[in-house]
Amino acid sequence: MTEPLLKVENLHVSFSTRGGIVEAVRGVDIEVAQGGTLAIVGESGSGKSVTAYAVTQLLDRSARIPSGRILFRGDDITRASSSRMNSLRGAAISMVFQSPRTALNPIRGIGRQIMDAIEAHQNLPKAQVRARALELLEAVRIRDAAGRFDAYPEELSGGMCQRVMIAMAMACNPSLLIADEPTTGLDVTTQKTVMDLLARLTAERNMALILITHDLGLAARYCRDVVVMQEGKVVERASTAELFGNPQHPYTRKLVAASPTFESTVDDLVGEAPRPPAPAIARERGAPPLLDAEGLVKRFGDVAAVDRVSLKLGRGESLGLVGESGSGKSTISRMICRLVDHDDGRLLFDGEDIGSIPARDFHASPRRRDIQIVFQDPHDSLNPRFSAFDCIAHPVKRLVKPQDAAELKRRVEEAAERCGLPRDLLGRFPHQLSGGQKARVGIARAIAVEPRLLVLDEPTAALDVSVQAVVLKLLDDLRRDEGLSFLFVSHDLNVVRMMCERIVVMRQGTVVEEGASKDLFTAPRAAYTRELLDAIPHFEPQRALAG
Amino acid sequence: MSVAKNIGRRVVKRLGASVPALLGVVVFTFLLMRVLPGDPATFFASGPNAGQEEIDELRRQMGLDRPMYEQLARYLYDVATGHLGRSMTTGQPVLADLAQRLPASLELSFFALIIALALAIPLGIAAALKPNSLIDHAVRFVCTLGVCVPTFVSGLLLIYVFYYLLGLAPDPTGRIDIFAAQPPEITGFLLIDFLMVGDLAGWRAAFGQLILPAFTMALFVLAPLARMTRASLLAVLGSDFIRTARSVGMTGWRVVIVYALRNAMLPVLTIIGIVFSTMLGANVLVEKVFSWPGIGSYALDALLASDYAPVQGFVLLIAAIFVMVNLAIDVLYGIADPRVTVE
Repeated sequence: MTEPLLKVENLHVSFSTRGGIVEAVRGVDIEVAQGGTLAIVGESGSGKSVTAYAVTQLLDRSARIPSGRILFRGDDITRASSSRMNSLRGAAISMVFQSPRTALNPIRGIGRQIMDAIEAHQNLPKAQVRARALELLEAVRIRDAAGRFDAYPEELSGGMCQRVMIAMAMACNPSLLIADEPTTGLDVTTQKTVMDLLARLTAERNMALILITHDLGLAARYCRDVVVMQEGKVVERASTAELFGNPQHPYTRKLVAASPTFESTVDDLVGEAPRPPAPAIARERGAPPLLDAEGLVKRFGDVAAVDRVSLKLGRGESLGLVGESGSGKSTISRMICRLVDHDDGRLLFDGEDIGSIPARDFHASPRRRDIQIVFQDPHDSLNPRFSAFDCIAHPVKRLVKPQDAAELKRRVEEAAERCGLPRDLLGRFPHQLSGGQKARVGIARAIAVEPRLLVLDEPTAALDVSVQAVVLKLLDDLRRDEGLSFLFVSHDLNVVRMMCERIVVMRQGTVVEEGASKDLFTAPRAAYTRELLDAIPHFEPQRALAG
Repeated sequence: MSVAKNIGRRVVKRLGASVPALLGVVVFTFLLMRVLPGDPATFFASGPNAGQEEIDELRRQMGLDRPMYEQLARYLYDVATGHLGRSMTTGQPVLADLAQRLPASLELSFFALIIALALAIPLGIAAALKPNSLIDHAVRFVCTLGVCVPTFVSGLLLIYVFYYLLGLAPDPTGRIDIFAAQPPEITGFLLIDFLMVGDLAGWRAAFGQLILPAFTMALFVLAPLARMTRASLLAVLGSDFIRTARSVGMTGWRVVIVYALRNAMLPVLTIIGIVFSTMLGANVLVEKVFSWPGIGSYALDALLASDYAPVQGFVLLIAAIFVMVNLAIDVLYGIADPRVTVE
């Protein structure tokens, strides 16, 4: 067998921090052959990105490589000089980063940036470099490449920026491309086009691809081999089919189980026996639905972000709101929470017109207690100067107005307990809590005032899959036990399917399709829904096992 | 094309928005001058033994016997029609006095700013490239020294060393040697005027006079510029697109100059505007130490003499310059940062 293109042997990386030395990577071995595709899968903190940055020597200043070897085409580059690394980076090893918008220079034209990448390695006349950059922009399918040559990153969408990033990485035909979470933050359909492009371009040029991702579906769809990392170590390595069909390591099993698929239920994710579906709450005849929104319109300038959308939500029902960025789903959730005013339409809550109360004054309305929201980013939505207890107590003080401190304490602790938040964590501040714990604080804060409708705006988007599984399970339990109604906003169709009985699919401010979750998944009517479903990267462990 | 149009629109908008601010400044200084103790009539009466009658007559002449609102209305009318009044000390119209002295202050401030930038930006870059190193600490020390030594002390120190001890600098008596020939008044900036008539010897003399006061002022504003350069460059060096530039194999210096520095200069640009305006107004001490015939020392003399018109004129001028400088910075910012023009 020929020598692998990249071989990492027993790599250790440590960071010196204020709290002492942190070992981020502890003895990792990986190898990729010319033209091979390898996925490094793991959750945050597993050391997968650090491994990649160690290869290209783009680690932070405080990082050290105490032991291990990195061989590229047989040469040891672990401690290569910076001039040697400069000649390798871009020409032999390239990277594509996550959050493409910030990865590009905001005040330099995109074409110019690609030219910079070419000029770093080739000494050619300007006109030739320019022509080559234009070719690259066309190769990554930027429409009207010549016209957009001088555009700035902020004038392009996130997906477009990632294509430019790919063009820069490809500029000097490297033989290895490392893509670090290249599609995080992109819409599911954009994710598919970007990944397809990346896969096609690397295959065409016989380049090796290392895909670093937390998404097992992506790894399964685009890579032949997979390495699973946990806490700085490789726990399992195998070909994709083998790994997903028959995961060996307990951690891999847990990850595979926690990843939502077309068939999974919330109980599957956390490895519990499935329960019967939530009993439908008997609807009293004649009683109005809990939430009845009709013809909601919200305009920003001349653009209608939400254009005549009507929704109905029964007591104890869970409604999913799905769409890509710009579809207006978050705007709707904010209008229903009465955080922003609508421009037109009617909003009834339990038969009562709440739309007529301006969003500014809604905090004083008795209905404020009934409608609560859980925000997308568990970290940014908590006050960094408030302890977990204060975060939960704040709305209780304002909306429930407890008699005394003892009652406040009882209510807060009860809410925390219902969310599975240990009592001794209540004194901590947000930065001392993990992502999952912060998500629990956010949920506890919302349910502490005993609302009847909970609006969940992408509550798990920022969480690792295994944490997401636990949080979803918690939410599902809350709904079963307390008869809460959910408006669940998400871009992740699988999550919405598990959590909701009915789904509304939105696009550009209007409703594309509405129906029961099961029907929508098995027989989508709208072409757009089908497109969304196709774009979900997935793997089917059961099917792979059977086959 | 659209960029130019965009900038034009911004300029007009900003000029319009500055009118209320300028009006506020005019009214405020007017009232402030009236509140300050000291009666100009008493001060300018012919002698210490001038009788009450003479003083009253003077008050009447100056309009000081009228009610305050009427004085204000008259003053506003005068300002609107371009009259800033007459200085009691020099006997000249304030406008003419300021026009004659402004180039001296502007030349000094511009030159000082250039020196400050030429020092501060390399120092800031050096400090940012090696944070917490010996260089960084040295830069911090120099900056602290520049801020905490008052300009009249550093000015005197420079005079002592370069004029008295070493004899390198000419005597600190204004813009030009009293016996030397003045260049024809073209722009009022001596360095430019001398160059335009091709008088190199005169240029050298004027340059010699300028260098010490300019250096004194530059030392004073070194700190904000160098610190801002360092902070902003450090932030940019840690950003994602710098990592991208390195990941495609761009060499260290190219990354620093083309990618990091250009982005890091944006906040520095804002600071430059503020620093320059501050320098114009606050260089009174430097002008006094070096007998520089600028607007700062003119305004100070007038203030001590309770001479209302020049002080009010000075404050208005500084306010107007402040507006103009900020406008210029805004336009430059719009050119340097494409994100601004899109809004």
